[in-house]
Amino acid sequence: MVTISVEIQILFAALLFLIGLVGLLVRRNVIFMLMSVEIMFNAAGMVFIIAGAHWGQVDGQVMFIFILAVTATEVSVGLALILQMFHHFRTLDADELNKLKDDN
Amino acid sequence: MNTIFYIAAAVALISTGMAISGRNAIHALLSLIISLLSVSIIFFILGAPFIAALEVIIYAGAVMVLFIFVIMMLNVGMEREMESRWLRPRMWIVPSVLSLILLIDFLYMLRTMAHPETPGQTISPKQVGVSLYTTYLLGVEIAGILLLAGIVGAYHLGRQRKKVIHRFLKKEEIIEPDKTEQ
Repeated sequence: MVTISVEIQILFAALLFLIGLVGLLVRRNVIFMLMSVEIMFNAAGMVFIIAGAHWGQVDGQVMFIFILAVTATEVSVGLALILQMFHHFRTLDADELNKLKDDN
Repeated sequence: MNTIFYIAAAVALISTGMAISGRNAIHALLSLIISLLSVSIIFFILGAPFIAALEVIIYAGAVMVLFIFVIMMLNVGMEREMESRWLRPRMWIVPSVLSLILLIDFLYMLRTMAHPETPGQTISPKQVGVSLYTTYLLGVEIAGILLLAGIVGAYHLGRQRKKVIHRFLKKEEIIEPDKTEQ
């Protein structure tokens, strides 16, 4: 169906993962950080799909379903943590949570 | 087919970049949904129609709705002047163009997929299901336990606990979430 080489497809997945990683490192808003983690999960799952399509096996798609389950769990727990964080600290900034940090 | 892949990949990269660099969380979520839709088109091209459907239903449907619920519950307080900005075309012209490109892409692909060149490449949902419930049955059970733990954890963490302080020890009024917003 697609005659693009696997390297370019995996390069695309790696670029998506890179964008997610940059977002996770740059943004300090916890909602954006969670979204970046989502992007990275999605890119990792895409590599499974690409490999499964390349070898013509179903295992890649099965692994993507497992990744989907892990992602759903992670998002629900993470969003509940964000709610708790907002109710305790009245902020969404991850750098504000430095109660354990020394003031120097 | 290759052109469709490249167009969808470009749309995915652009909208993901917009998603992580946006200032408004809801706008970033809309860009992320466009990115997930284009990734779903790529999955469809790669011969995984079941995963493409799951991507739209679970990622762009359920997970993004969770995000939107939480953003609306937090209500960070930037909706005051937002309403006047909705009407400005700069806010919605780029996502509209991106999703229009995806729609044209998808319609063209549906026309050409009626006569696929190599029909043996696509992995059908039946094959996936058979493999999921025979070879990977243990993984399915573990995923079920994980989802159960996720439900219990989200309920436990998301519950609003009433803070119990003895009235003689109480120094200040407990901040209610509703009162501070007004």
